[in-house]
Amino acid sequence: MVRVASETLNSRVPDGPVETKWDKHRFNMKLVNPANKRKFSVIVVGTGLAGGAAAASLAELGYHVKSFCYQDSPRRAHSIAAQGGINAAKNYPNDGDSIWRLFYDTVKGGDYRAREANVYRLAQVSNNIIDQCVAQGVPFAREYGGTLANRSFGGAQVSRTFYCRGQTGQQLLLGAYQAMMRQVHLGKVELFARREMLELVVVDGLARGIIVRNMVTGQLETHTADAVVLCTGGYGNVYYLSTNAKGCNVTAAWRCHKRGAYFANPCYTQIHPTCIPVSGDYQSKLTLMSESLRNDGRVWVPKNSGDKRRPSDIPEEDRDYYLERRYPSFGNLVPRDVASRAAKERCDSGYGVGDSGLAVYLDFADAIRRDGEDTVRKKYGNLFHMYEKITADNPYQTPMRIFPAVHYTMGGLWVDYHLMSNVPGLFVLGEANFSDHGANRLGASALMQGLSDGYFVIPYTIGDHLAKTALPKVAEDHPACVEARQTAENRLNQLLDVRGRRSVDSFHRELGLLMWEHCGMARNKSGLETVVGQIQDLRDQFWKDVRVMGDGDTLNQSLEKAGRVADFMEFAELLATDALHREESCGGHFREEYQTAEGEAQRNDDDYSYVAAWEHHGVGEEPTLHKEPLTFDNVPPTTRSYK
Amino acid sequence: MSGDTINLTLKIWRQDGPDAPGEFRQYKLDGVSTHMSFLEMLDVLNEQLVASSEEPVAFDHDCREGICGMCSLMINGQAHGPDKATTTCQLHMRRFSDGDTITIEPWRASAFPVLRDLVVDRSAFDRIIESGGYVSVSTGNAPDGNAIPVPGNKQEKAMDAAACIGCGACVAACKNASAMLFVSAKVSQLAILPQGVPERNARVLNMVAKMDEEGFGHCTNTSECEAACPAEISVSNIARLNREYLRASIVAGS
Repeated sequence: MVRVASETLNSRVPDGPVETKWDKHRFNMKLVNPANKRKFSVIVVGTGLAGGAAAASLAELGYHVKSFCYQDSPRRAHSIAAQGGINAAKNYPNDGDSIWRLFYDTVKGGDYRAREANVYRLAQVSNNIIDQCVAQGVPFAREYGGTLANRSFGGAQVSRTFYCRGQTGQQLLLGAYQAMMRQVHLGKVELFARREMLELVVVDGLARGIIVRNMVTGQLETHTADAVVLCTGGYGNVYYLSTNAKGCNVTAAWRCHKRGAYFANPCYTQIHPTCIPVSGDYQSKLTLMSESLRNDGRVWVPKNSGDKRRPSDIPEEDRDYYLERRYPSFGNLVPRDVASRAAKERCDSGYGVGDSGLAVYLDFADAIRRDGEDTVRKKYGNLFHMYEKITADNPYQTPMRIFPAVHYTMGGLWVDYHLMSNVPGLFVLGEANFSDHGANRLGASALMQGLSDGYFVIPYTIGDHLAKTALPKVAEDHPACVEARQTAENRLNQLLDVRGRRSVDSFHRELGLLMWEHCGMARNKSGLETVVGQIQDLRDQFWKDVRVMGDGDTLNQSLEKAGRVADFMEFAELLATDALHREESCGGHFREEYQTAEGEAQRNDDDYSYVAAWEHHGVGEEPTLHKEPLTFDNVPPTTRSYK
Repeated sequence: MSGDTINLTLKIWRQDGPDAPGEFRQYKLDGVSTHMSFLEMLDVLNEQLVASSEEPVAFDHDCREGICGMCSLMINGQAHGPDKATTTCQLHMRRFSDGDTITIEPWRASAFPVLRDLVVDRSAFDRIIESGGYVSVSTGNAPDGNAIPVPGNKQEKAMDAAACIGCGACVAACKNASAMLFVSAKVSQLAILPQGVPERNARVLNMVAKMDEEGFGHCTNTSECEAACPAEISVSNIARLNREYLRASIVAGS
C-alpha cells in the first residue's frame, strides 16, 4: 500500500473565471521596486528554451543572473533538436482558432491530467511568444506577401503551428541564446558553461544556492543566490535509448527531490511513434523522424507473420494497413500514444519487419504516385536525406522502417501556479516541471511551454517571492553550503572508489532495457512489481562493480556519466512505483489491465483525477504520495476516440 | 543487424590536459559494424579501453542528430570527415573500408585551445555573439508578428544563414583558422531581416573586432570553410559581411 499524505497540495491557483485568473493575479502579486531588483540574484540552471528565456528576461528586468549549463556553450541545449514547430492561438489563417480552442485541445490531448489554469495561461501567452521571437529575428516561414506562415501539425484541426523549416527548435533557441548573450555583454548575466549541478543548497527551508562541478577542472563550486530556477529538461534517458541528447539527465531535478522537492507524475512518458529503429547493440541514441511524415505516409506490416519478402514484392492484398483498419476516421493521423501502441501490438504479435522484427513500414509510394516525387521531396527532402544517411536505404524507392521511441517526459518536479516547487525559492520551468501537458503532450507544444515559462511567467512570479520573503545573505561558507558541497564530493569519491569491472554504459544499457520492457509503452502490475526489485538489484551491483576510470580533478567524462546513471538508478524506482500505483490508463501511461474491449486506454476519473507528487525519504525507502486534486470546470472530461 | 563488419586502425590524439603535451596513440578496433555512426565506433573503442583499464578518449558530443554543433573531430584531415554536409555524429562507418587507418584529431586553432584529447574550448564563438550577434529587444517589447512583413525570398536567405550550428568546422578547415564564415552567417541573417537593421553598423564592426581580438586568422577566400560546413553555409555570406563592414566603416567615419 502506498503511504498517502492526509493534506492535499495547495496549487495556489487564483479564484475567478479561468479567462481572467492570470490578469487578475498579475495585479495581485507583489512587485519588486525597479531600483531594488539589482540587489537580488537568481541562479538559472540550464540554457534551453526555458532557461535561456528566463535568464534573458530576468536580467532585462534588472536582476543579477547566474546561468549554468553542462554543454560547452548555452547554444547547444537539447531544445535545439525540436523539428516540427511551435503552436500559438494567433488565428492568422482565419480558420476558427482561438485561445479557448488551444486551451481545450491541450487539456483534452493531455487526457485530462493537466491543471486547467496553467494550460489556459499557456494558451494566452502563446501569441506573445511568436511576437517576441519575430522581433528577435527568428526567421519563421513566411508567405510570399511577407506574412507569417502556418501549418497543421499532429492531427490538429486548425493551422496554428509556426515553423522554421525543420529546425524550429534551433531557431527559437538561438533567439533566446542571443537575448541572453546580450545580457552577458551588459554584465547582467554571468555565464558558467561546462558546469554540472550536483546539489541544491537549502537554508532555513529556502532554496538559496547550488553546488556545481566544473567539468574542465573537476573543482566543485558553491554559488548562492536569492532564488534558484531549474530548467534542466526531462528524464527520457532513464530508458538509455531515447531521442534525447546523450547528456540529458535527471541529476539536477533528482538532487532537488532528495532535498525535499516533490516529484510529480514520473510515469507519464511519451513514446514517439516515428523513429528510426535500433540497428544493433552499439546503438547510442534514437533519431526522430518528424510526425509530419504521417500526413502522407501510410503505415503497414505484412498480413502474414514472418513474411520475409522485400516490401515492394508484397502485393496489396498481403498488406495490413493496421491504423487505417483500426481507426478509419483518423487513420494514419491518430495521436502519438495510440500510433505507438498499435505498432507495438503488431510487432509483439509477430508481424514486425526488418532483421529485428521491431519495425513497421511507413510507405510513401502512394503519395509519390499521386503528387510526384518532386512534391514529396519539397515537403520532406531533409527528413528523407537524414533517413538515408543513417540507414543507407532510399525512402523514395522503398518504405521507411520506423518504430516508437522514448521522446518526452510529461512528469517532473511538482510546481504550483507560480511555477514554484514545494521548496520555496526553487522554481522549475519547461520539461523539468510537470504542469501543462497532463499525461500526454501534443505536437508543437513543448517549445510553447518552455518559452512561456521563461519569457512570460517567471518574470512575474519570481518577483512575488522575492518581495515577500526575508532573504538574509548566505555566504559560501554557510554550514548548509559546506554540507551540500561535502555531500557532492563524497558521492564523486564513492563513484571513483568502486573500481569494479563493468563500464558505466553497460549498466545504463541494462537499466534502459528493464525500463523499456516493463515500464515502456505498456505496463502491468506483475511486470512493475518485478522491475522494482530488478532495479534495486542492478543499483546494488552498480555500486559494487562499476568501473570509473581516471580522477576527479580533471575533465572526466566517465565520472560525469557515472553520476548521471547513479541518479537514474534511483529515479527509475520512483517511475515504476508511480506507474504501479496509478491503476488506470491515461495518455502516455498504458496499464494493460485497464483497457476497453477494443484495446483502447481506459481512464478512471473517479479515483485518479489527481497529480501524484512524491516525497523522498531516502533511497530504497517508501516515498509518501501527496495528491493535488484536479478539477475540470471548463473542459469536461470525455473519452478520447479516434475511431 | 546482419551486415558487414570491418577492422580498423585508429590513430587518435591523446592529451591529458590543456598544458600537457599531446601525442598520437594507435589502437586496433576489430569487428566494427558498418551500420554504426562514427561516434558509436568511438563508444565501442572506449568500452574496449575501459575493459583494459585505460582511460577512455574524451570527445565532445550531445544530440547525435547533427543539430547541436557539439561534436567536432578532424577525421583524416577533414573537419567532420569525408561526407559533404554531414556532422561527425551523422557520419557512418559504411563510409570506411576494412583495413583502413583513420587519423582522429581535435580542431586545430589557437583560438580553440585543446582541453583534453579531442575536446576543445570554443567559447570564443560565444564571446563573438556577445559582442553584437543579436537584436536588442527586451521581452514584452515586441509588436504583433505580422506587423513586420518579411518578403519570402529574404526570409529564405536569412534562414539559410541562420542554419549555422556553431560547430567551428569552418575555423578548423581554414589554413588561417579564420572565423569569417561563422561571423558572416550571423551578420547576414540579421542584416537581411528588417528587425536587424537599426543595429546593423555597430553589430558588424563589433563582431569583427571581437573576432580579431580572439585570435582568429584572416580570410583569403579559399572556401575550405564552405566545403567543410555541415550546415551548408555559403561563402556568399562572407561577401555580404565584407560589404556590411565597408558600409559600416564609411558610416562610422562620416
